[in-house]
Amino acid sequence: MSTQHDARPLLDPALLQETIETALQSGATFAEVFVEDKRSTSAVLDDSKIEELTSGRRRGAGIRVVLGETTGFAHTADLSPQGLQTAARAAAAAAQSAGNSNRSVAFTADGSMPAPVAAVMPDQVSGSQKVALLQKADQAARGFQAAITQVSAHYADSRRRIQIANSEGLLAGDDQVRTLFAVSCVAQGDLGRQTGRQSMGHTVGFEIFDSVDVESMALQAAQRAYTKLSAVPAPSGEMPVVVGPGGGGVLFHEACGHGLEADIIAKSASVFAGRRGEMVANPMVTLVDDGTMAGEWGRYGVDDEGNFAQRNVLIENGVLTDYMWDYLRATKEGRPCSGNGRRESYQHLPMVRMTNTFLEPGPDDPAEIIASTDHGVYVAQLGGGQVNTVTGDFVFGMTEAYLIENGELTSPIRDGNLIGNGPQTLQDIDAIAGDFAMGSPGTCGKDGQGVPVGDGTPTLRVARLTVGGTAA
Amino acid sequence: MSDLLALCDRLVAQAQPGEQVEVVAVHERETEVRAYEGQVESLTAAESQGVGVRVIRDGRQGFASAGTLDLTILDEALAEARENLAFATPDEFCALATPDALDPAALDIYRQELVDFPVETKVALALELERRTREGDPRIIGVESADYSDSVTQTAVATTTGIRTTTAETGCFLSAYSLAEENGDTQAGFGFSVGRQPSDLDVNQAAVDAVERSTRMLGAVKPPSGRMMVVLDPWVSAQFLGIVGGTLSGEAVQKGRSLFAERLGDQVAASTLTLIDDPTNPAAFTATATDGEGLATRRNVLMQDGRLEKFVHNSYTARRAGTASTGSAVRGYASTPGVGVQAVSVQPGELSPAALIAGITDGLLVQGVSGLHSGVNPVSGDFSTGAEGLRIRNGELAEPVREFTIASTLQKMLLEVTAVGDDLVWLPMKAAGVTLVIAELTVSGA
Repeated sequence: MSTQHDARPLLDPALLQETIETALQSGATFAEVFVEDKRSTSAVLDDSKIEELTSGRRRGAGIRVVLGETTGFAHTADLSPQGLQTAARAAAAAAQSAGNSNRSVAFTADGSMPAPVAAVMPDQVSGSQKVALLQKADQAARGFQAAITQVSAHYADSRRRIQIANSEGLLAGDDQVRTLFAVSCVAQGDLGRQTGRQSMGHTVGFEIFDSVDVESMALQAAQRAYTKLSAVPAPSGEMPVVVGPGGGGVLFHEACGHGLEADIIAKSASVFAGRRGEMVANPMVTLVDDGTMAGEWGRYGVDDEGNFAQRNVLIENGVLTDYMWDYLRATKEGRPCSGNGRRESYQHLPMVRMTNTFLEPGPDDPAEIIASTDHGVYVAQLGGGQVNTVTGDFVFGMTEAYLIENGELTSPIRDGNLIGNGPQTLQDIDAIAGDFAMGSPGTCGKDGQGVPVGDGTPTLRVARLTVGGTAA
Repeated sequence: MSDLLALCDRLVAQAQPGEQVEVVAVHERETEVRAYEGQVESLTAAESQGVGVRVIRDGRQGFASAGTLDLTILDEALAEARENLAFATPDEFCALATPDALDPAALDIYRQELVDFPVETKVALALELERRTREGDPRIIGVESADYSDSVTQTAVATTTGIRTTTAETGCFLSAYSLAEENGDTQAGFGFSVGRQPSDLDVNQAAVDAVERSTRMLGAVKPPSGRMMVVLDPWVSAQFLGIVGGTLSGEAVQKGRSLFAERLGDQVAASTLTLIDDPTNPAAFTATATDGEGLATRRNVLMQDGRLEKFVHNSYTARRAGTASTGSAVRGYASTPGVGVQAVSVQPGELSPAALIAGITDGLLVQGVSGLHSGVNPVSGDFSTGAEGLRIRNGELAEPVREFTIASTLQKMLLEVTAVGDDLVWLPMKAAGVTLVIAELTVSGA
């Protein structure tokens, strides 16, 4: 734990109380103040030069007022009593509340801040130590092969302190520390350029570099780019697809994760609406969203509505058990929140979001899964993805992949997307191994807001997916 | 506005001997209304601001930003930028932009009408969009979102090298996302309308497009795999043109990340294609008179009749390439200036989309793509994206198709643009769209 834990609330609870009471004066049913103070550092090495070390600061409050079906929202960077009062009135006016009432609010907690989960706070580490990591990565990648013609490395850390208070008496806070490192390489060959990338991100401090070796990350990125110089065009059409450990989280995030978010469900914009209790996947499939996973990229103490992060089982042995919930949707259904109410910053309204989404390990042997696949594709590293929740059609990119021929991995293949349909893909999963791993840190975009998420899977096989390559 | 510039001046005046200081400040006012089932689901009224401070000394650059105009915090940001520069590698080309001979274009992109537009009327527009979309067709079962949003943005840039510029612009748009259902099959589609002021907006068009794009996908099936002639609709072509524009940045070229790095003067695209980046065109949604370093923007012809003419530069990449900035520094207040295209379009052709389709015996019209961020590698040029659209049979639009990918390389696709439509339209992104006919893409489906 940090040696300088400051338990003082970001804003005085009395000020928060006053702000909420102002927001309620016009007859609103619910009012909330979200306070955020975020500091971040980023360092970039590119083209063999440390290009820049940058610092950022974002501080402000978002005020949400609900009246009937309408939510009013206003935000301000002015955290003075006057600034907060102005924002509270603006949010109440936006909710079109015009009544006249006096409701008082009493908080059920004292508002003290929890300690950050970081042994070495990044702001206590000198810029030269951060920059040295980048240089080590650059040298390692360039030393891998003469074909590596360009390297960029990125270090970033952030400390985001938040405080949430609402008219139901909730008063909570969180202190979120994140540290990220990524290396990207370009390799040049006779047939053009190829790229390779490796990244890691955790919700801990600078101590992560005691256990993560940036040089081996750089070598992995270089290896990926170099290997692809001899890559063949990806095949085109439906075939079995084996996804390596850690690689497949994005697949579930897109294939069904978004479709299980209660705000999308409520608008019938998901193929999974109305299907709770039904067998939606192969019985081997148990899918979990867990915001409490220590150190993982999507981990936090409380969500951006002040509710504790939870472990939520979404699909258990193939049966759809529950959706993910935020305050608005949970209240409507008269059920508890699931700790999935998140927002990009104080300038955004919260909505239902995933945290760390992963598939539980299964009974199969990874080598046997490949050996029993006659012809198909093995995806070792996935890029991002996207889903149309209405149809369930989803894509995800492959950034390191190989042909499977006669049960063996053969040629590397060029980058491309795969496409499938969520409900169909869940049924078509026919093998899951025991070699679970978490994947790379991700940023999930929804309705214009990006939030950090994690994902993980063991090796698995989908009997049929469409590989979007160019080879006939 | 003058306040923003005064704030920049105040920080610039604190430059120490031997230092170059640049300050960029942004102030934005936004409204966003979302309608759902005849009611206002949410209304956001927001004001945001931020400042970025860049300090250069002895070829080293440091940067800090803060999302506030609070003077104490801005003084801290200047101090942090100064501390940060100590860690940078000295670079002989690292310096701020200096004023050049070009004056910023006078662009009519700030409209008082929007600034004065009452919030009740914004709400009414969103509600009307939702109602028209919902009632547009009996098969529409819902409207997931119907939004009105607008912004009033002011920026200022000041430097110790003598740059002092300000910009102001307004923008608004309507967007609807509709759900259509028939025989147990549900499909989604969107429609939008964009303008500088509310009277530019066409509620009916946005609703009609959302209804058409969702209902015409009903009953869509997976097409067979194979190579096919493909027509990209403007919404899709704009996304590809934006990516192609990205490969022509001087930074990508200098760092060996552009697939066109050694190709200046070469025929890299079909002769039907003339690609232009022109942020001084007021019709562009991203039009701006000055770039991220405060230099005047200008019209840059990137490809003329398919021949590669130019890469775009900010002042750093220009200095490194021994040329002049093309006014192409791009940034937000929270980052140092990058380099990129800002408003890309192509020279439109003679034929309407219908006439182009009439000439195709067997092909595919793509109306939407997904996974561009994961499926396009702008360094190698390989691409493969999810897609949906309609088959073209004997010169007419036929059955809807979905759950397939289209793939090729950017290099090959550009050479295979056989026709450009006459329907150039500016979209809410850094590129305009136009119907493009591509001789052959690989379609991966069943």
